Amino acid sequence: MADVVMDRPLPLDPPLVEGNPTYSQITDDVAGIVERKPPREWYAAISVTGLLTLALGISIAWLLYKGVGIWGNNQPVAWAWPITDFVFWIGIGHAGTLISAILYLFRQRWRTSINRAAEAMTIFAVMTAGLFPLFHTGRPWRAYWLFPIPNLDLSLWQNFRSPLMWDVFAVSTYATVSILFWYVGMIPDLGTLRDRAAGLRQKIYGFFALGWRGSAWHWNHYEKAYLILAGLSTPLVLSVHSIVSLDFAVSIVPGWHTTIFPPYFVAGAIFSGFAMVITLMVLARKAYRLEHLITINHLENMNKILLATGSIVGYSYAVEFFTAAFSGNPYEQFVFMNRVVGPYAWAVWTMFFCNVFAPQLFWFRKVRRSIPAMFVVSIIVNVGMWFERFNIIVTSLHRDYLPSSWGMFTPTVFDFLTFFGSLGFFLTMFLLFLRFLPAIALSEVKAVIPAPQPEKEGE
Amino acid sequence: MANELTGKHYWRSLDELTGTPEFREWLHREFPEGASELTSPHSRRRLLKLMAASFGLAGLISCRRPEERILPLAERPEDYIPGNPLYYATAMTVGGLATGLIVEAHDGHPTKIEGNPKHPASLGAASALAQASILNLYDPDRSQRVLENGRPSSWERFSQAVPNLFPAPGEGVWVLSEPASSPSLGAVRRHFLDRFPRAQWVDYDPLSRSAELQGARIAFGRRLQPQYDFSKAEVIFALDCDFLGVDVPSLRAVKQFAKGRHVENEHDSMNRLYVAESAFSITGAMADHRFRIKPSGAAALALALAGKGNGAPYWLDILRRDLEAHRGRSLVVAGPRQPAAVHALVWLINAELGNLGETVWFTEPPLPPSPQSVGDLAAALEAGEVKTLLILGGNPAFDAPADAELAARLEKAGTVIHLGAEVNETARAAHWHLPEAHYLEAWGDARALDGTASVQQPLIRPLYEGKTAAETLALVSGYPQQRGYDIVRTYWMERFSGDKERAWRRALHDGVIEGTAFAPVEVALRRDAVDAEAAKLAASLEGQSGLEVAFYPSASVWDGRFANNGWLQEMPDPMTKLVWDNAALLSPATARELGVETGDVLRLEREGRSIEVPVYVMPGQADGAIALEVGYGRRNVGRVGNGVGHDVYPLRTAATMGYAAGVSASPAGRRYKLVTTQEHHVMEGRPLVLEATIEHYRTEPDFVDQAVHVPEPESLYEHPDLTGEYQWGMAIDLNACTGCNACLVACQVENNIAIVGKKEVARGREMHWIRLDRYFTGDIADPRAVFQPVACQQCEHAPCENVCPVAATSHSPEGLNDMVYNRCVGTRYCSNNCPYKVRRFNFLDWHGDVPGVKKLVFNPDVTVRMRGVMEKCTYCVQRIQEKKIQAKTEGRRQIEDGEIVTACQQTCPADAIVFGNIADPNSRVSQVKKRNRDYVMLAELNVKPRTSYLAKLRNPNPELALAETNGGGHASMHGPAPPGASPFRILNSAEGV
Repeated sequence: MADVVMDRPLPLDPPLVEGNPTYSQITDDVAGIVERKPPREWYAAISVTGLLTLALGISIAWLLYKGVGIWGNNQPVAWAWPITDFVFWIGIGHAGTLISAILYLFRQRWRTSINRAAEAMTIFAVMTAGLFPLFHTGRPWRAYWLFPIPNLDLSLWQNFRSPLMWDVFAVSTYATVSILFWYVGMIPDLGTLRDRAAGLRQKIYGFFALGWRGSAWHWNHYEKAYLILAGLSTPLVLSVHSIVSLDFAVSIVPGWHTTIFPPYFVAGAIFSGFAMVITLMVLARKAYRLEHLITINHLENMNKILLATGSIVGYSYAVEFFTAAFSGNPYEQFVFMNRVVGPYAWAVWTMFFCNVFAPQLFWFRKVRRSIPAMFVVSIIVNVGMWFERFNIIVTSLHRDYLPSSWGMFTPTVFDFLTFFGSLGFFLTMFLLFLRFLPAIALSEVKAVIPAPQPEKEGE
Repeated sequence: MANELTGKHYWRSLDELTGTPEFREWLHREFPEGASELTSPHSRRRLLKLMAASFGLAGLISCRRPEERILPLAERPEDYIPGNPLYYATAMTVGGLATGLIVEAHDGHPTKIEGNPKHPASLGAASALAQASILNLYDPDRSQRVLENGRPSSWERFSQAVPNLFPAPGEGVWVLSEPASSPSLGAVRRHFLDRFPRAQWVDYDPLSRSAELQGARIAFGRRLQPQYDFSKAEVIFALDCDFLGVDVPSLRAVKQFAKGRHVENEHDSMNRLYVAESAFSITGAMADHRFRIKPSGAAALALALAGKGNGAPYWLDILRRDLEAHRGRSLVVAGPRQPAAVHALVWLINAELGNLGETVWFTEPPLPPSPQSVGDLAAALEAGEVKTLLILGGNPAFDAPADAELAARLEKAGTVIHLGAEVNETARAAHWHLPEAHYLEAWGDARALDGTASVQQPLIRPLYEGKTAAETLALVSGYPQQRGYDIVRTYWMERFSGDKERAWRRALHDGVIEGTAFAPVEVALRRDAVDAEAAKLAASLEGQSGLEVAFYPSASVWDGRFANNGWLQEMPDPMTKLVWDNAALLSPATARELGVETGDVLRLEREGRSIEVPVYVMPGQADGAIALEVGYGRRNVGRVGNGVGHDVYPLRTAATMGYAAGVSASPAGRRYKLVTTQEHHVMEGRPLVLEATIEHYRTEPDFVDQAVHVPEPESLYEHPDLTGEYQWGMAIDLNACTGCNACLVACQVENNIAIVGKKEVARGREMHWIRLDRYFTGDIADPRAVFQPVACQQCEHAPCENVCPVAATSHSPEGLNDMVYNRCVGTRYCSNNCPYKVRRFNFLDWHGDVPGVKKLVFNPDVTVRMRGVMEKCTYCVQRIQEKKIQAKTEGRRQIEDGEIVTACQQTCPADAIVFGNIADPNSRVSQVKKRNRDYVMLAELNVKPRTSYLAKLRNPNPELALAETNGGGHASMHGPAPPGASPFRILNSAEGV
């Protein structure tokens, strides 16, 4: 009977965890990462990312002292790399919640090995993204005016017609719910860590474990809360990047003013988020020898999603061009011609190659299951998605309605420092997460391995 | 206590009389009886009493007398209300000729310069140079003290040295002066020459326009000043003459010319302008027919037009017929780069066309002739005959003809005394440097081109130790009056008749002295003399070939004197849009021939002299001719101007002040970064500047609607109700605008707009609120050019407003798109969403390091913006508010039409900008907007701009247009380009054309 088979893994399905580990082995493997001294690679990595974070700090300090003019932004390209970086990081922050919430609701049990790290990545990506709209404002010390705090001095009430206001709510809601979802999901594992630790560590883990004792009531509440948060997060996965896309779509700038942006941005965000998860997971599973928990099957599944979303993104590009040609709007037509043959054509062709052509390799099973291949492709996709945002922002702005105002954008050293610094900040946060928190959801992984049970008679 | 105040001391009690401490204590307490009862909380009566007393005492606070006087004026001067500006008439002198100005002063310091409507050279307009000259007053790098051999000294020490330097008969004394029309300075000069009869005098102006006067000497036997009336001329032929730009005192010319360009409807007529020139000038951009010639080609054309030469181009006959059809209503003018013989021929042609006394007449010249030349001075220096050289103003060590080698020869003079506004190249070579007063801080007078004299009255006491040329000369020669005020006043009081005091006050008030204009002079043409000169000219043209360079005044720094003026350095050149630089302008074909492109440095050589200048490939430049702007490459001028651009004077000799032939050019193998404010020069077929021939306009009066008509789309948003009493709007007539930049600088001064420097302009961060978009149409080698002033269009459905998260830009009930600086957090979304890209962002703290004295130039009515906020044109909202407040205090209900003028409108010499209340159907702006040439840019976006444009018209000669299409080689242009004609034409380079 079909519905009976549904609940149990098909015999043909590859096992979700390899090597048939026991519960305690899994606990040792995962908790051990936190409890043991980190491997040498960890120190090497954090010293590099720490240095980059320092560069970010220095460039932000200089920015606060001098002004946003230290970047290359200009007229007409008033938004440039900072907003490119913002959208890039917000996009990265999409995979985590998608894996955790949507795949949870769809009962995709293979998500368990990767969801924790993906969620952490989401949170760090959103944090990193949040830096950009804040510091790219002309007067960052006044950026709190974007929040609807009643302000009698200026009799200022925010303009809710502005997509930037929607952005503030969308991103802050997403960040809040993501953190809650991540934290609630982590409570049982924090309890495990507390039980294995001693001294100050025990106190700290104990504080955050919120008195978890693993009773049936606890599990009951936990499961309900988790389900509710998954339900709450699901629409957010779609809404955040839709709203971010409206920053562009609501404007009247040719190349921005287009209705396809919300779905196109969401697909692109999932695409880039999965690419980043693959990049990080490939490295982490190797460094911490977690190949049996994060199996090649997990990675292959993610590659399939990469192929699917990459194709959606490619389709969106095609639709954009078709719409421009079909609209009869000469400004719109010009922008798209300018993208492919104008001075920034190299950027758009880089984007096409990275986002549309590179993932097509995943039609081949061999490539999907090859660690080096997927690592390279995931990096290519990350680069391509950064260029997608660059193309949307810079090539649309640099030549809009009045040819007299056309100009070029040239990044400064601070544009580079800020971007690579933000990469360093993100990775530093991720490395600290690996060091101090359970990178794999222990309780959930245990739920997907065959439970020890007495053999039934007659079988 | 109060003993000191009153004479008699009264006492109330013996205790008080004896002054016991107890009594004093008792007296000291405010409520002797009640104070101790304050501790009891229950006494309602007392509480009420205390409250009553408190209120009573509270009233006493207002009885206090002010302890400090906060206004340093014991008595308020008449008419002075703190915070309200005062306006004074004065005059600015460039090249010896005056432009009348009205200067606005706030609390005793001048802040804004405007034209004087009563002055014949201004007629209410002010040029970009005049507008910006106020910055020179507050220039902290200005010469501030007397220097003796480079060390600080004083005027006293100098006057002690005078007897030795100027021995009695004046033997070996030379004076090198800027030419001056000033009558009072003329009197001092005569006194000086009487006192030192053997002294020699040289007037030198590197941008002298004396060729036309010499031409008149040939043609009429006398050195006479031509006076033009362009408003009467229906057909004008400008021969290498940028009369709308730099080649005649242009404000008056533009005003007059624009009269023939203000076309009300399709039945109106319009003047016709032919231009033959080498560099693409703004006059060439206005032309209905423009012909590219080498500078030397003007002579051939003049000869041919006068019927004395052959080999005329195909169009000359058609031009001649057109001129002849407009006898007495036509005008031929030649530029100052052309030799006297060409001018003589031009006077001959005008005489034959019956134009003398109609569109051109002659008067006495306002500038006296120079007794000696710079060459004579150089020879005397070389011979060691110069004991004392007094240089009155100017910078001859920098700008004198190269073959005079003045800079080197100054060492051979006994003593060089230099009076100058800056410690410049000449000051460094002088023994004595004397600071020259700015015209806004010193008394003087000067004549306009037509002879009208004005008193130049100061608006502020000299900021430093500066004196004028007249005062210096008076000091040296022992003139009876020593102070500038006395010199000027005494001179004029002697000449006034009737109520002299009244006449003097009137002269100061009006800015002009009535009855001082020169009367026209009867002239008789001497054909023989002209023929003889023509023959010589024809002979000199034989065998001339090779590359030619022509020297032009810089629209920004003039002859170099404004090099330390940041506003002018950052003002884009009208045609090239270059900022902070000059360049060698080459036609695309010449550049190809020489193997260079924009940014390559070119080495120009002639007669052993050479310069290196970066190339800028300029469409419309004549092939085989290089245009060079003088005045750049200053070495000692100040922090702003030092080392900006390239000095081209070393190539310019006394014989080649206009242009030089036989120049060799070779790439220097270096590159140099040139920066422009506009990188793309074609309209891409977009209906931005609409243009048609007047013929096309007559057959299709609604050509504008055909080009931009769009059905009215709906808006998603509710918009504020814009039906109030005042609704501000603007209309700009593209047919009148010459692209001269006066509005750009006026706006910069009025609105405290920052300059950002070459590096930041290269990044695209210039701050100008109004810009002059210049587009080329037609063939790249020989294009037409159009200008379009673009400031904030004050959209009714402003796309910037709905994207601002903090409502920092929002709509006023009067239809203004207001910008609230202190609300702005700087997301810059508004700028992205502005289809006109008129918003300007303070990327860095542009005003952060403004030196103290420069802060005096700020308009106190306008906020000085900090870093991180957006700014843009406000339709001069401070002027609107000022007039509204004024109307209210005067108890008026209505503001009159034309009462509020924006800064750009006020200074526009072409009267191309009209501003006013569009809610009033009778206002001028409403009337102008009703014309059928009126359109708004990008109407299809439904942003409903309040600024509209009147389409440009050209008036080509139908005969010539036909000839051109039959192989003349010029791009014809009939009607506007259809929108979207070439949306796919994309230039792959960042530079564009």
